[in-house]
Amino acid sequence: MPEITMPKLSDTMTEGTLLRWHKKKGDKIEVGDILAEVETDKATMEMESFEEGTLADIFVPEGGKVLVGAALALVLKDGEKAGDKPKASPAPTAPVADAPAARPAVSTGRPLTPRARAAALRSGGAGGNVNAGVRVKSTPLARKIADARGVRLDAVKGTGPGGRIIAFDVESAPVGSPAPAAGSSSVAAILPTPIAGMPETRVPLSGMRRVIAERLLASKTQIPHFYLSIEIDAAPMMAFRKEYIAASGGKITFNDIALSAVARAAMQKPKVNAAFAGDAIIEYGSVNLSVAIAVEDGLVTPVIRDAQKLSLKEISAAVKDLATRARDKKLKPDEYAGGTITVSNLGSYGIEQFCAIVNPPQAAILAVGAIVKKPVVNSCDEIEIGHRMSITLSGDHRVVDGAVAAEYMTALRKLLESPALLLL
Amino acid sequence: MPLITYRQALNDAFAEELTRDENVFLMGEEVAQYNGAYKVTEGLWKRFGSKRVIDTPISEAAFLGLGVGAAMMGLRPVVELMFWSFAYVGFDQIINNAGCVRYMSGGLINVPMVIRGPANGGTNVGATHSHTPENFLANTPGLKVVCPATPYDAKGLMISSIRDNDTVCFMENTLLYGDLGEVPEGSYTIPLGVAEVKREGLDVSLIAHGRAVLTCLAAAEILATEHGIEAEVVDLRSIRPLDEETILNSVAKTHRAILVDENKPFCGVSSQIAALLAEHAFDDLDAPVLRVTALDAPAIYSMPLEKLQLPDAQAVVAKVLSSF
Repeated sequence: MPEITMPKLSDTMTEGTLLRWHKKKGDKIEVGDILAEVETDKATMEMESFEEGTLADIFVPEGGKVLVGAALALVLKDGEKAGDKPKASPAPTAPVADAPAARPAVSTGRPLTPRARAAALRSGGAGGNVNAGVRVKSTPLARKIADARGVRLDAVKGTGPGGRIIAFDVESAPVGSPAPAAGSSSVAAILPTPIAGMPETRVPLSGMRRVIAERLLASKTQIPHFYLSIEIDAAPMMAFRKEYIAASGGKITFNDIALSAVARAAMQKPKVNAAFAGDAIIEYGSVNLSVAIAVEDGLVTPVIRDAQKLSLKEISAAVKDLATRARDKKLKPDEYAGGTITVSNLGSYGIEQFCAIVNPPQAAILAVGAIVKKPVVNSCDEIEIGHRMSITLSGDHRVVDGAVAAEYMTALRKLLESPALLLL
Repeated sequence: MPLITYRQALNDAFAEELTRDENVFLMGEEVAQYNGAYKVTEGLWKRFGSKRVIDTPISEAAFLGLGVGAAMMGLRPVVELMFWSFAYVGFDQIINNAGCVRYMSGGLINVPMVIRGPANGGTNVGATHSHTPENFLANTPGLKVVCPATPYDAKGLMISSIRDNDTVCFMENTLLYGDLGEVPEGSYTIPLGVAEVKREGLDVSLIAHGRAVLTCLAAAEILATEHGIEAEVVDLRSIRPLDEETILNSVAKTHRAILVDENKPFCGVSSQIAALLAEHAFDDLDAPVLRVTALDAPAIYSMPLEKLQLPDAQAVVAKVLSSF
């Protein structure tokens, strides 16, 4: 009598929303049939059956939100009867109107049955530490301490035999770093109280919004941010783009040029292409560029791998593909993983300058603004009309110091003001 | 407190009990007129006479059976095996009779017998004289198994074993008979089933019985002086009943357990301790439970190789270091 349970479809997924059932009660099911569509914190994915038989019961209606591992449906093999097994009930869905003031960030739901827990472990490979998305070698004592202190094991470097995480490693790790367990913030969230006579719509948090809330709260509260802004002369870039399009017939955007420059500058100044790892700083040997892409109800940061090696044309194609699939929620979980530096561009919205929040565990994010016409003092001390673009780096000061980041910004400026360098 | 040998401590225990209780008698090959193959019973025949200290033929099955019968009838036999390896010809008497009679009789008949003798390898006497059957015997509900490491423990545990109303398999060690230790004069008892922390430490628990306890103490000294690791040494003293509480308390304190065992590794005493720790100490462990045991082969007759077969202090030190 196999139960179909909510699979763990991404590293950070703790719960999922059952969007649509593709089968209904009583349907025959084969192994590999698509049973349902599930929305995770990042994407909408199809859920295949690993069982064959008859879909005897559905426990979670369309739109229902349940924890990973919770029972979704019951499949009976030929000749089996449902028996007297208690029906599983889904975890609470959206908070009701009179929800209590301090609600934990992750719904606790009902405790998992041993069977559901085993299924969750099989599908997700999570270790004993519920925070860990991947199985990390750690001792039972280390896991116990990690759970008690809210330390994520996947952020801890193991110093035991074979890299095993031992109690010492967990005790000396920063609490909750770099991305804390949900709800581990020591400061209670300030929640709105009802305003008399105010019409309001209550929108339940999607999985994506919840992850955005958790990660960015963690970043802004745990990472010592600092900001460096430059304004570059965008005229050469505009001329370059025009010439590129005219000569090649291919279309590229200012954003493509900016992405290429950010990646190449990061190879020249690798100290910004790095991450804080508790007791060490990791400098990466290649640039995996996380690109912030706005989607309905939030944003995602899929990754362009080895971006410094790609031509402008290849970068342009990669961004276009990622953006299209991000909006269709068709990106695979591994396409979000492994970024080393992030670019966020609000230029197309007319934003001239802004400061972004560091995307942990990366050390730097670049906020790219719009190209605007401005009066500029030229080399002859005359005021003329210039085309200017503002770029602001937000850095994790634990990893990068101001002077190092300034060198990076100088390298970036050079590439953007002499864009032909991007063709080398 | 007098400094006496392990052998003398046992001899004192017999003398105390032969004097205290007229039902106690000693029996075995060469225990009387020859004063014992390893001189553990030296002088007792002369002092207590042929009714209390009895030489037997080379017939373990017969005289173990004689011991079972005598014990069932109310005497308290102390039966010496020249080697515990020779118990195997008398296993039916030990396991089916001594071990099962109390249960089979619904609790009406006890078998208050001590079966004793050396059970150790490392003396170049070959595979059939070097067995360490504490695991076999502890596997039988109804039998008790005791393995003292020091003269003090040998005397106190022997007196408790003679006074115990069930059969106690008392395993000595020919390599320990000459060891000196402080032992009080007169009678005292050490309860069966109570382990002793022989050295306190914070970093790792070395858990052992018999001679391996001394190996652990030597290893603990090296660990402390050369590696700055404070090892705790837990001497089980009894294999059955087993003092689980002392073992678990020690591991809860140190978070690491290295089991040191002159027993063979396969289904050995250390296997039982490992199972105990897996079940009850899981969340306390900061390293896998590791073992240093006898090499899994018949006792090796080649002297250079035989030296490698049993755990020594360096092997224990190396195993401890591998867990950090």
